[in-house]
Amino acid sequence: MSEHVLLRHRDIPNIDRLDVYLAHGGFEAFKKVVTQQQPADVINEVKNSGLRGRGGAGFPTGLKWSFLPTNLWPHYVVCNADESEPGTFKDREILESNPFQFLEGLMIASYGVGANLSYVYLRGEFWQVAARLDEKISELEQAGLLGENLFGTPYSLRLRTHLGAGAYICGEETALLESLEGKLGQPRLRPPFPAVVGLYGKPTLINNVETLTNLPPIFQKGAAWYKSLGTEKSPGVKIFSLSGCVNKPGNYELPLGTTFRELIFTHGGGLADGRSVKAIMPAGASSSIIHVNADSLLDTPMDYESVAAIGSQLGSASVIVLDDTVNMAWLVSKTVNFFKHESCGKCTPCREGTFWMNRLAGRIAAGKASAEDVTLLDSVAKQIAGKCLCALGEFSVMAVTTGIKQFRQDFDGKVNETRSEETVPQEAMG
Amino acid sequence: MNELLSKYPQEIQQILAKYPPAFKRSAVMPLLYLAQREPGYVPRQALNDIAEILDISTTDVASIVGFYTLYYDRPAGRYHIQVCNDLPCALRGADQFLRELCERLGIEEGGTTPDGLFTVEAVKCLAACHRAPMFQVQGDGEIVYHENQTVELAMAWIEEVRAKAAAGQEAQP
Repeated sequence: MSEHVLLRHRDIPNIDRLDVYLAHGGFEAFKKVVTQQQPADVINEVKNSGLRGRGGAGFPTGLKWSFLPTNLWPHYVVCNADESEPGTFKDREILESNPFQFLEGLMIASYGVGANLSYVYLRGEFWQVAARLDEKISELEQAGLLGENLFGTPYSLRLRTHLGAGAYICGEETALLESLEGKLGQPRLRPPFPAVVGLYGKPTLINNVETLTNLPPIFQKGAAWYKSLGTEKSPGVKIFSLSGCVNKPGNYELPLGTTFRELIFTHGGGLADGRSVKAIMPAGASSSIIHVNADSLLDTPMDYESVAAIGSQLGSASVIVLDDTVNMAWLVSKTVNFFKHESCGKCTPCREGTFWMNRLAGRIAAGKASAEDVTLLDSVAKQIAGKCLCALGEFSVMAVTTGIKQFRQDFDGKVNETRSEETVPQEAMG
Repeated sequence: MNELLSKYPQEIQQILAKYPPAFKRSAVMPLLYLAQREPGYVPRQALNDIAEILDISTTDVASIVGFYTLYYDRPAGRYHIQVCNDLPCALRGADQFLRELCERLGIEEGGTTPDGLFTVEAVKCLAACHRAPMFQVQGDGEIVYHENQTVELAMAWIEEVRAKAAAGQEAQP
């Protein structure tokens, strides 16, 4: 196994200590860009690396940076550390174990877009992580790596952490900005996009923890080196959070384009004896479910394009494995309940739709539904799709529609369960 | 008289210093955590205090308490045991863990133990899917993760906390 690019703490003990991080080339990249490069060069290098956003959307990172207008100031960088997708636990490991590489990435991004004040928005549950990050930031200030006139240049930079308080929606970037401004975490209508009107009405770059952590190695080893990893359209490495019905769940850093089979069987230790892969959700609870009805589907490379080609999404690469004992009607009741709880209530299709989907899916999973309820659930989901203010509403229907379409027998089986247990005649309910 | 300000003058200044002075409303979330630290929930008076510090309405502050799940508007157990039972955790036995834990404590999900120490709640994903069953404990102004749990491990921790609480009470006059 080659050395890790992101999870470097697995190769280098105590890399969460500043002296150790410095001894392994830490902050050389930051110093180099601040003292030798113009922000435009920095943005170009990121573009050349082919790095794409690791929060889920996969948008080209350098291109996103270039959207900030250079005639409107100040600029802010806000790091999205609100990791809340069921099945995702990669950012937490980076923040806990390799914090300086992450901070250096945030600092490079801040210089690249000309921000002098940047925030890390962490989910409230990461209270301990935030406290440790605050200590690391103080250490950097004392070491002269953060503050005024860095390395004798006119460039100054301050970093601040901010804790959320338990709301999945704050991972949506405009809701995150609202929350950071001290308001309800509800998405904004776009346009204008945050690159132009972001935090405090100013141009703002929002990047995910893992995205930023890629930057120090890119600037040390060069964009060409980074582009040589992964696939042509999805370059680089990715942390795959593997969970569900596998023997060794955990984070695995692998090149983009690694197959599901390699992740699940070579790294994840396979499934329990006698069990087989029934389905995969590659993007956590927000995924379109992949029905593994042919063994060859396991050989699909995990990159943005290949996963899209089989009708799903790579997202943040939170791979949930479902074995042949998992009932999909039960699964859908779980995902829908999550989205119902996390709907912010701002737009009607999501607020009302997730409420009704939760009622229906819960009834079906509990074996208290009629066959019409399954059709109605599918119909409600299709009425939500494409009509929501933000992606949360869209995500809420993914498992529902793909689940019913591919595993109708699981839903009908629950309905039949109802019939066989039914003591009240059908007429009496009408 | 601003009770919160007179109680935590330094910490409040530190919190306000994190944000541009023109946008001090940003401090509402950290100030709510501060107000909640000792009582375990946000008392009504604190809503007024925070509103005054930030020049916003009390209603605005209360809406933040209502929107986010980690703020409480009424007293409950001193420690909130928050068990994740979302899909990935449920695939590793979280539903059963939650059920059995509640049985052992003799309470329903959402209920509080008679000694007032523990409230057990089912919560949404806590980014620890690979180490389920798991819960976090929110109390005394902190949040601590407990991962790779069994009911036995959880009960052992609960008994430890109970013993400490009992010893603490005896020590007081």
